[in-house]
Amino acid sequence: MLGEGIIQGLLETARNFFGSYVEKDRLTTVQFPEERRPLPEASRNFPFLLYDGTDPDAGLRCVSCQICEKECPPRCIHIEKSKDKKPDFVGKMQAYPAVFDIDVSVCMSCQICVEVCPFDAIRMDTEFELSTTDRFGSLLYTKRELAKSNEYYRKIHPTEAAECDARRAKDVEDTKAKAAAAAAAAAAKAAQAKDPAAAPPPASSASTNGAAAPARSEVKENQ
Amino acid sequence: MNAAAADQIFVTLKHWALVHTPASLQVLVSILLTIIPIIVIFPAIFALSVLLERKGLGRMQNRYGPNRVGPFGILQPIADALKSLTKEDIVPRSADHVVHYLAPLVLVGAAFLGYAVLPIGRNMVAANLDAGVLFFFAIGAATELAVFMAGWSSRNKYSLLGAMRAIAQMVSYEIPLILSSVAVVMMSGTLSTTSIVERQAHYTATLAHWNVFTPWGLAGFFLFMISGMAETNRSPFDLPEGESEIIAGYFIEYSGFKFALFFLAEYLEIFSISGLGITLFLGGWSSPFSFFAWIPSWIWFFTKLFTFILFFIWVRGTLPRLRMDQLMNFAWKFMLPMALIVILSAGIWRFLPAQSAEMAVVRWLVCAVIIAVPYVVLARALEQGKRIEKRTYRYAE
Repeated sequence: MLGEGIIQGLLETARNFFGSYVEKDRLTTVQFPEERRPLPEASRNFPFLLYDGTDPDAGLRCVSCQICEKECPPRCIHIEKSKDKKPDFVGKMQAYPAVFDIDVSVCMSCQICVEVCPFDAIRMDTEFELSTTDRFGSLLYTKRELAKSNEYYRKIHPTEAAECDARRAKDVEDTKAKAAAAAAAAAAKAAQAKDPAAAPPPASSASTNGAAAPARSEVKENQ
Repeated sequence: MNAAAADQIFVTLKHWALVHTPASLQVLVSILLTIIPIIVIFPAIFALSVLLERKGLGRMQNRYGPNRVGPFGILQPIADALKSLTKEDIVPRSADHVVHYLAPLVLVGAAFLGYAVLPIGRNMVAANLDAGVLFFFAIGAATELAVFMAGWSSRNKYSLLGAMRAIAQMVSYEIPLILSSVAVVMMSGTLSTTSIVERQAHYTATLAHWNVFTPWGLAGFFLFMISGMAETNRSPFDLPEGESEIIAGYFIEYSGFKFALFFLAEYLEIFSISGLGITLFLGGWSSPFSFFAWIPSWIWFFTKLFTFILFFIWVRGTLPRLRMDQLMNFAWKFMLPMALIVILSAGIWRFLPAQSAEMAVVRWLVCAVIIAVPYVVLARALEQGKRIEKRTYRYAE
């Protein structure tokens, strides 16, 4: 009968209307600035620079290799290499960026800079409330504004950060082992040069023997 | 005595003010004291109803609605008004500037003129015309002119399409609108809105003699409200501004305050057509039961008006927009025949005897059957060939 459907529809909207005052789960709106949903772990928008420790200048991982600058499709990264060098996390002397600017008004959030960085120095941020009243100055992020600690990275992307930390810890260990092996080899060589008759190594250094053996050949190759 | 004083408080106030003005200014002051309250109160109701609409629609869609400006968003209308006042007024370069400028003014003017004949309380009517109903419909037709002025002068194909839709719709629905009120005019024997209300403000065993309590009045009331919704371009008959096809219809090229005027005029028309519906069918300012007659008459009128506004919001939250052919079919194949049947039923009601209670019941039933049978037949005819079946898809599923 004509009009039946209209009455059914009116009842449905009335049910919604009164139900929204009674049942709280009907209202799915998140009242944004007061209420926030946690961001998904994979969320990302603009890049930032990672530093280790507490000092953003000393701990900055970037070595200003400028790969990201070259790869950036919209060319929003600007890097100036330093004249001097400083030791990185494994103790190797590396350059650092004297200037590192990202224009976030140009950045297209493609994450290519993150993909190409061999030093785990640049990562994607999740901070999205970036509005500003000055669109020229305030949207050009300098090195100091971009630098964020590794703790922050662990907080926003825990899985990724754990992988990254494991990789870097392994690098440090490898370097240490390498250094130890090189030192042992150098010591053995010195000992050999000093006393060629002492062919069997002392019992105390037997445990390091396995590690020392390839190191020695490496040293020989280098020579 | 006290209830009567509260009922006539505004009338008394006006008399008091007139007594204290010099004789040379009395006519002017009297006119102003009549017009200014109308110009102030109904736009205030407009602001309130926009807020109610946004909140109500939100709740119907399980949202909160506006809740940022002031506590619970109650200052939202003020923010909206400030926004439209400060927005840039853009006029298309190739528009007809004079007509483009005049259209919103004519529309608002016509919308306000309708209130002249609405009795909003006992002895509270701006102009007690002998042909009040006729005046109301004549003024209502002027809004069509304004709509077409807006659509034509904007020089935009969408606005022109919207205006043509609006004209087709308004002309089609004006016929059932007027025919359904003809029944009331026939029974009351007068075109004066004040007399129509006074004739309904009598009571038999506590129940008022409202027209809506008769079969022809009930059917006429529904026809009147449906056509009224179409006449004021109210959802689900808001084809002239169909966003999906013609963006905003005839006021597409209006911005800022002129757009706000269109918006205001639309709501003013809704209120005035509701006011006329109340006057013709729901006893105007009279109370439904004699034991509620102590409540001031103007409170009754505005209570009824707000009920109408809330119902309009409810309907808007429920029904999707009609298609143009559905709209026209409905107007010409259902509304028009039903309006004629209502007139017939009203005529029969007039000449059937109702001296005793049994005869009154028989008269009620006869008139109800006269309306119900054509309703079923016409509804069947309208639905013919449109049986709703489970849709089968060729490629999907």
